[in-house]
Amino acid sequence: MSDTEQSTEIRDAIAQAISEHDTILFMKGTPDAPACGFSARTVAALQSLQAPFAAVDVLPDPRIREELSAISQWPTIPQLFVKGELVGGCDIVMEMHESGELAQTLGVEGDAMEPADEAEALAPGLTQIENRLG
Amino acid sequence: MPNAEEIKQRIEAAIPGARAEVEDWTGGGDHFKATVTAAAFAGRSRIEQHRLVYDVFGAEIGGPIHALSLKTHSPG
Repeated sequence: MSDTEQSTEIRDAIAQAISEHDTILFMKGTPDAPACGFSARTVAALQSLQAPFAAVDVLPDPRIREELSAISQWPTIPQLFVKGELVGGCDIVMEMHESGELAQTLGVEGDAMEPADEAEALAPGLTQIENRLG
Repeated sequence: MPNAEEIKQRIEAAIPGARAEVEDWTGGGDHFKATVTAAAFAGRSRIEQHRLVYDVFGAEIGGPIHALSLKTHSPG
């Protein structure tokens, strides 16, 4: 498979993952082991609202990040999508968390007291892609 | 390597009427924090406001500028 075909395949898998998950976070590392402070803060905000979310680690293959940014027109990681729309990166998510807008956008109660359960596993489409790229 | 003053000047030059305050977050010349106020932000979503600032730096974001944390406001 050519590089172009692989990039197209990655881009399609990302687009599919975004469309299949109401709330999906592209991040560095995983919710349990974030590899960047910005990703960690974004995960913490989602978890504090007990919002269920899918998470995709962009680190295993640099093309995930390239193709994601091409789709979203957003240069940095993390990127949070809700119902197929880019909500923002860490700065915007934190601002929305402070103002209460985040709970509203996510469709959850804003006053949850308990920490969230573990985040949903990796988006299946992308997991498959990563496995194939092995 | 970019510095805070250069980033401030580039934002203010590229976005008409913008005023930017930029600090080097870690002192390492690659993590910056900017607060930008510009009339050009009026009527735009936060996402669009941040994109206007990111667009000033293009591929430098994620490259030499590892992180540019933003707060954007429209004046008044």
